[in-house]
Amino acid sequence: MVVKEFVQMSRDRLTFAMILGIPLMQLIVFGVVINTDPRHMPAAVLLADDGPQGRTLLQGLKNSTYFDFVQRVGSEAEGERLLRQGRVQFVVSIPENFSRDLLRGDRPSVLVEADATDPTATSGGLAALGGVLNTALLADFKGPLARLAPVPPAVDIRVHALYNPEAITHFNIVPGLMGVVLTMTLVLITGLAITRETERGTMENLLSMPLRPTEVLIGKITPYIFVGYIQVTLILVAARFLFGVPIHGNLFLLLVASFFFIAANLAMGITFSTIAKNQLQAMQMSVFVFLPSILLSGFLFPFRGMPGWAQVIGEILPITHFLRIARGVMLKGIGFADLGRELWPIALFAIVVLSIGVRRYRQTLD
Amino acid sequence: MEGFAIDVRGMTKRFGERTVVNGINLRVAPGQIYGFLGPNGSGKTTFIRMLCGLLRPDGGSGTCLGHDVLTESAAIKRQVGYMTQRFSFYEDLTIRENLDFVARVYGMADRKEAVEGSMVRFGLLDRRDQLTGQLSGGWKQRMALAACLLHRPRLLLLDEPTAGVDPKARREFWDYIHLLATEGLTFLVTTHYMDEAERCDRLAYISHGNLLVDGTVDEVIDKAALTTWAVSGPDLAGLARSLAGLPGIEQTAMFGKVLHVSGADARLLEEAIRPFRQGDHRWSCERSGLEDVFIHYMIRSGEAGKLRVEG
Repeated sequence: MVVKEFVQMSRDRLTFAMILGIPLMQLIVFGVVINTDPRHMPAAVLLADDGPQGRTLLQGLKNSTYFDFVQRVGSEAEGERLLRQGRVQFVVSIPENFSRDLLRGDRPSVLVEADATDPTATSGGLAALGGVLNTALLADFKGPLARLAPVPPAVDIRVHALYNPEAITHFNIVPGLMGVVLTMTLVLITGLAITRETERGTMENLLSMPLRPTEVLIGKITPYIFVGYIQVTLILVAARFLFGVPIHGNLFLLLVASFFFIAANLAMGITFSTIAKNQLQAMQMSVFVFLPSILLSGFLFPFRGMPGWAQVIGEILPITHFLRIARGVMLKGIGFADLGRELWPIALFAIVVLSIGVRRYRQTLD
Repeated sequence: MEGFAIDVRGMTKRFGERTVVNGINLRVAPGQIYGFLGPNGSGKTTFIRMLCGLLRPDGGSGTCLGHDVLTESAAIKRQVGYMTQRFSFYEDLTIRENLDFVARVYGMADRKEAVEGSMVRFGLLDRRDQLTGQLSGGWKQRMALAACLLHRPRLLLLDEPTAGVDPKARREFWDYIHLLATEGLTFLVTTHYMDEAERCDRLAYISHGNLLVDGTVDEVIDKAALTTWAVSGPDLAGLARSLAGLPGIEQTAMFGKVLHVSGADARLLEEAIRPFRQGDHRWSCERSGLEDVFIHYMIRSGEAGKLRVEG
C-alpha cells in the first residue's frame, strides 16, 4: 500500500511539485511579506508656509521612516483626491504663517489626514506623529530660542482618520472578504469544468461535435457569472445589515466592477482546467492562486507594507484591484473616474488568461 | 454514385514510439455497413477517431464524405455521428436534456420536433425524464444511438456499439442499422462479435495497426485459405489437449458439441490428425467459419498470447 502510494505520487509530477511548492511559497510569503507595521507610506504635503520650521517638521516625519513624501499638492481638494484614489496614505498640511505662529508660541495646528480604510496601514504612522513633530522642532529651538523649548507641545496636531474614523477593522475586512470569497469559489468551479468532462468520459463526445473552443469556454463560464452575482448580492446584504459596513458610493458601480472581477476569476479557473490533467491538479492550481490572493492582495496585510516584488505580484492579481474598488466604493464613495485605473488591470487579466485558455484548449484527444 | 463515403490512404498514428495505426487504406461506399475487427488495442478506435477529427493523423490523406480528413474536420463533424465505445453523454442529465443539448450544439432549426421524433423512434418517450446515469446498458446504448442520429448524419462511426448489450437488444440494434443503410446511411462499425461481423457488407481485420485482410465475409474466409476439420464424439477436450502443439495444427476450439481443428497447411494438418481418426470420433472437413479465420489471423500476428480482457 505504501509503495503504491509513493509510485502514484511520483507519476503525478504536478501534484508532487505542488506538495513541495505550496509550503515553500507559504514560508516565503509569511516570512517576508507580512508586515503589520508598514513604513514608507506615500504621503502628500500641502505646504502653505515657506518658513524653515515647516521644512524641519517634514524632514522629521521623513526621518521617522513612516512617511515618504511623494507629492506636493496645491490645494486641499487635490490632496483629498489623492487620498480617495488611494495614491497616498497621508496628506500633511502645514498651514499659512506656520513659522510665524510657532515662533510667537501660538501653537499652530498641523493637519494630518490619513486614509484609514485599513487601520493597520496608518496606525504606525499616526502613533509616531506626536513624538516626531515635537522632537524634530527641538533642534531648532536652540541658543536664544531655547527658552521656547515647549512644555506643552509647540504644535497642535490634528489627525483626520478618513473613511473609517473609528478604525473598525471589519469595515476593511468585509469588503475584502467579498473579493476573497469570489476568488475561492469561482476559480475552483470553472477549474473543474473541463477536467470533469475528461474524467467522466464526456469529453470525447463533446469533441466529436462541431463546437469551437471559444464556444466551449464561454459556455462554461457564462452560467457562473450569475452565480457570482448571487454571491456578491449576499455578501453586500450581509455587509450592510450584519456588519453595518457603510456603502458610501454607488452600488451600481460596484456591480459593474464585479462583472469584470467575476469574469476574470472564471477565466482563470477555466484556463487552469485546460492545463490540468485531472480534477486534483485543477484543485491544486486553484489553491496555488488562493494563497497570493489572500496574502499579497492587501486583504490581510497592508499592501504598501510588502516588499516591491510582492507588490508587483499583487498588482497582477485581479483581487488586489477589486479590493481597492470594493473598499473604495463602500468606504470612500469613489466614482467612476477613480475606478478606471483599477478596472483595466482586471479586464486585461481576464482577456490574457482567457486567450491562454482558448489556445490551450485541445480540440483533439492527442 | 457520388464517390466513396470514406476514402483514405496511408492513415498513420503514432503515440510516442508506438505506431498504433500503420498506413491503413480504406474505401467505404455510401450505404455500406463496414465491419472493423481486431483484438483490443489493435488501433480500431484510433483509426475512427482520426476519421472524425478527434486525433490528428501523423501520416496519410483522404476524404470523409468528400471533406479532407486533415483540414476539414469541422465540416466532417457536422455530417458524422460518432458513438463512442464508452457511454459519453451526461449521466446527470435526463434523456431529453441530453438530446436537447446535442440538438442545440448542432444548431438545429427544428430542435423540438427533432428531439421529440427521435424519442418516439427509439421508444425513449417513457423514460425521457430519467437520468441517463440510472439507465441500463441497453437503454444507454439506445439513447446514444438516438443522439448520434439526431443531426441526420450521412456517416455513422460506431465503436463497439453493442458491448454489454443483451442479445435481443443487439438483434434490434442491427435490424435498425440495416434499415438505415437502405436509406443511404453509411456505417463503420467495430465489433468483437462474429455474428455481428457476418451481418456487415464488408469486413476488415486489423492487428497491430495493420490492415491484414478486407472484403466480404466470403472473401475474407477464402483469403485466409484455412482448412478446418469438425470433430464430434466423446471426450473432445482430451482430444484437443492431445492435438495441441502438433505440427500443422494452429488452433482447436469448441463450438458446442463440435471441435474445430484448423491449420493453414492442409497437408500438414491432415498428417497431424491421421493417428486420431481411427477412434470413435467423426471427422469432417468443413468450410472455415469467420471465427476460425480471425483466430488464425490473431495467431499469425502474434496477438493470441496477449489476449486481454478489457472494458
